[in-house]
Amino acid sequence: MAIVETRAVTKVFKAGTLGAVNDVDLVTEEGEFLVFLGPSGSGKTTLLRMIAGLEVPTSGDILIGGEVVNDLTPRERRIAMVFQSYALYPHLTVYKNIAFPLKAQGVPRDQHKKKVEWASGLLSIDHLLQRKPRELSGGERQRVAVARAIVREPSVFLLDEPLSNLDAKLRASARAELEQFHRRVGTTTIYVTHDQVEAMAMGDRVVVLHKGVVRQIGTPKQVYDDPADTFVATFLGSPPMNLLDNGDVIVGFRPEHLVPAALAPSAAIKLTLKISNVEYLGSEWIVYGRPEGDRAPDKIVISRLPTADLTIGTSHDFAVAEHHLRFFDKASEKRTTARALSWP
Amino acid sequence: MAVTAGHGAKRRRPSSGFGLGVAMFLPAVIYVLLLVGVPFAMAFVYAFSDARIGSGGDHFVGFDNFASVLENPAFRKALGNSFIFTISSQILVLVGSTALALALKDKFRGRGFVRFLILLPWVAPISLGAIGWKWILDSIYSVVNWVLVALHLVKPFNRPMWLGQPTLAMISVILVHTWRLLPFSTVIILAGLTALPRDIPEAAAVDGAGFWRTLFEITLPMLRPILNVAMLFGIIFTFTDMIVVYVMTAGGPYDSTQVLPSLAFFTGIQGSDLAAGAAISIFLVPLLAVVAYLMLRMAHRAEVT
Repeated sequence: MAIVETRAVTKVFKAGTLGAVNDVDLVTEEGEFLVFLGPSGSGKTTLLRMIAGLEVPTSGDILIGGEVVNDLTPRERRIAMVFQSYALYPHLTVYKNIAFPLKAQGVPRDQHKKKVEWASGLLSIDHLLQRKPRELSGGERQRVAVARAIVREPSVFLLDEPLSNLDAKLRASARAELEQFHRRVGTTTIYVTHDQVEAMAMGDRVVVLHKGVVRQIGTPKQVYDDPADTFVATFLGSPPMNLLDNGDVIVGFRPEHLVPAALAPSAAIKLTLKISNVEYLGSEWIVYGRPEGDRAPDKIVISRLPTADLTIGTSHDFAVAEHHLRFFDKASEKRTTARALSWP
Repeated sequence: MAVTAGHGAKRRRPSSGFGLGVAMFLPAVIYVLLLVGVPFAMAFVYAFSDARIGSGGDHFVGFDNFASVLENPAFRKALGNSFIFTISSQILVLVGSTALALALKDKFRGRGFVRFLILLPWVAPISLGAIGWKWILDSIYSVVNWVLVALHLVKPFNRPMWLGQPTLAMISVILVHTWRLLPFSTVIILAGLTALPRDIPEAAAVDGAGFWRTLFEITLPMLRPILNVAMLFGIIFTFTDMIVVYVMTAGGPYDSTQVLPSLAFFTGIQGSDLAAGAAISIFLVPLLAVVAYLMLRMAHRAEVT
């Protein structure tokens, strides 16, 4: 096991353009499950590939286990990686796929069988060992890719959107399996995803990236409850945080905190909404409305309620408890201290 | 529009399309039938007859031509040479073109120009190229010998006669033929290489494989269908081709570079023994048919996987 560290890592693909990754500093903890989360083009995969040694940083240092590995090949970094496409070797059986890293690293041949059986048992694919990758389902391929990655017990485990090729149902179970699996082996893991649910569910900590810049690093609870800026506030959460202009600040609050006025505590900000749309999602209702009066009149505000019996076109009183309000500086869009609102 | 087009128009459309299809297809069919099919059938007819240039007597003689051709030492020599010529040039082409394709796969300054240079032997008329090589390897004016002498690798009075000594002549035609086939094979393999998913060699790198292991255990096995196609094409092409031999050595010295196609030409056309020439030229048909069958199957497999 090892700690991965990046120091001011930057990757510029085309000179003169904005880097894909800009000045990223981060340190994993021992045995941590760290998630890189960001929309496509945020640089999360490029950052992972630089850690893997598949991409050379334009500047900055990458350290694994305290050692600068910039000039080391992927093979010398003792990392394992699961690719988004799984990158299984199509001409080799599952057994040979899993044994390939052992062979390549010069593990004595008599240990191969034992290790392959251990890895395939851990992922319950021992019955597939003689098959070729094309005879496997998506979920089975993903497990083979994970088995191939763990078989030589790497010091760091890198996963590049390993669940994105699975259908929704399989994705949930594969996610749970990966979580369990990480708890069992305890290897430092870096996981790239654009799916906030995966990030929140799996990560010990989440690194939110946007345009190659780290916007926030924190536990899922921190990034969700206390977003560092408006990007994080709106990227995490579905539907996203409501953001309303108020003087020189932006006020944000989560849809689930905008409740009917009767249910709100006394220290709350009131908002009268004219309902413009209501969506029923089974376990919850999503209510869209326009604030009445001059509080951000053109803005749609979203509320998320366990039950809602509201008719489109009618007006209702809603409220947000004051301690649920988050404030962002209007110019920098960064988090700022709470202050009194200038609303009437 | 569908309503106004009416019944007739609807019914006519497929038939006019069919006519156009036939019209477009016909030139190719006529071309193949006249220039390939007819001579091929004629070769079979001649091979079982006593036809000679100038004499009309076309009697059926059964397998007599094959029997007498098999007795002929020149034929046996040419048969052996054909295999040596084909197998060694194919080995050289496969190794060389794989190396070239690997070198040309990655981006570097001037890659486009180098690719163009490598394609040149394929684009230039082969007889021109072969004549060029004939001069390069000439007994008196050979630039190769000039260089070797200048480097003191051979003595000025004991220069190799590239096309005049049996072994050297064979090596020369094999090398020139390799030079000629290399671009085509390189292009096929290059296409195969660029079609390989990029993350597979990356996965191999992360898994700890070095260059050679990735090449021999991942890249080449994955390229196998493509390599097979390139190789089988090369085999057929080489077995049936005589240009390099004809231009450079005319089969000499003492038939030491004679291959079946050139022998068939010299016997049938220049020696005016049409029947024997035809028998020689279709001698390899069964073998080549198997190769062609394999090639089509491989091509199909390459498409599927």
